[in-house]
Amino acid sequence: MLTCREITELANGYLDRELPLLTRAQFRLHIIMCSHCRRYVDQLAKTVNMLKTLPHGTPPPDVEEKLVRLLERKGATELPE
Amino acid sequence: MKDQVKQSSDDGRMLEMLRNGDETAFRTLVRRHHAAMISFARSFLRERASAEEAVQDSWVAVISGIRSFEGRSSLKSWIFAIVANKARTKAKRDGRMVPFSDFGEADEPAVDADRFTAEGSWESPPGSWSDLNPERIVAGRQLLAHVMAILETLPLGQKTVVLLRDIEGLSAPEACDVLNISEANQRILLHRGRSRLRQAVETLLTGQESPNMQNEPDRQ
Repeated sequence: MLTCREITELANGYLDRELPLLTRAQFRLHIIMCSHCRRYVDQLAKTVNMLKTLPHGTPPPDVEEKLVRLLERKGATELPE
Repeated sequence: MKDQVKQSSDDGRMLEMLRNGDETAFRTLVRRHHAAMISFARSFLRERASAEEAVQDSWVAVISGIRSFEGRSSLKSWIFAIVANKARTKAKRDGRMVPFSDFGEADEPAVDADRFTAEGSWESPPGSWSDLNPERIVAGRQLLAHVMAILETLPLGQKTVVLLRDIEGLSAPEACDVLNISEANQRILLHRGRSRLRQAVETLLTGQESPNMQNEPDRQ
C-alpha cells in the first residue's frame, strides 16, 4: 500500500501516464480511498491546466517590422528568389 | 496523435513557405513564437535587453538555417533549441553562466515532510480550492498573474522544463533535445517545478504555507 507521501511524489508521473502498470493500479487504489490525496492530485492537474492557459503575448509592431527587414536582408543573400 | 499529425502537416506547409522567403509565413512565425522565445531566453539571461539580443540572433539563425532544417523535430522545438544555444553562448560571453545542473535541493520533496506523519499519512492535508478560476483576484491581482510571477522564481532547470512542456506544449523527448538533458532529469525537473507551483497556489488560495516556501531565495 502506498503512503500519502509517496502519492505526492508519484502524482506527476500519474498525470503524465508514466507510471508502471502495477504502480498505477496501486496509485488509483489509494486515491479512491483517500480524499486528501485525491484533492492533491486534482490540484496538481489544475495547476498544470492553468499553465496551459498562460497568455503568450505578441511582439510589438516595431519588433515585427525589424525582423521582417532582417528577413529581407538575409533572404536576399541566403534564400531562393 | 491527431495533434501531432496536424502539427507536422502545419509545419510542412509553413516550412515550404519559409524556404521560399514568404514574408507572411515569417510574420506568422514571429507572432506565434517571439514573446515565448524572449521569456525562454530570459531564463538564461536576466536582462531583457540581453534576451532580446539572443532572440534576434536566433531569428538570424532560423532564417539562415531553414533550408537545411530536415524536419526531424517539430519546427517549434528546433527554434527553441536555437534560442537555448544562443542564450547560453551569450550568458557565457557575458560571464553569467548559469549552471543548468541547478536542480534545486537534491532531496526536495513534492510536499514538505512536516505535513506528513512519521508513517507517511497527511497531518496537514491540502486545503480546499473552491471556486478556482484563473481570473480570480487574489491579493490584489489575478491568480494567473501570480502563477506567471511564481514561475519566474523557479530554479533555471525547473522553469525551462515547465515552460517548454506545459506552456509551449513540447513533448518530453523534444524538451530533452532542446535543453540537452536526460529523460530522467527532465522528469525530476518537471515534477519539482509543478509541485512548487501547486504549493504556491495553495499558499495563495488557502494561506497554507509550506515551510520550504517561506523566505524563498531567488535561486537563479
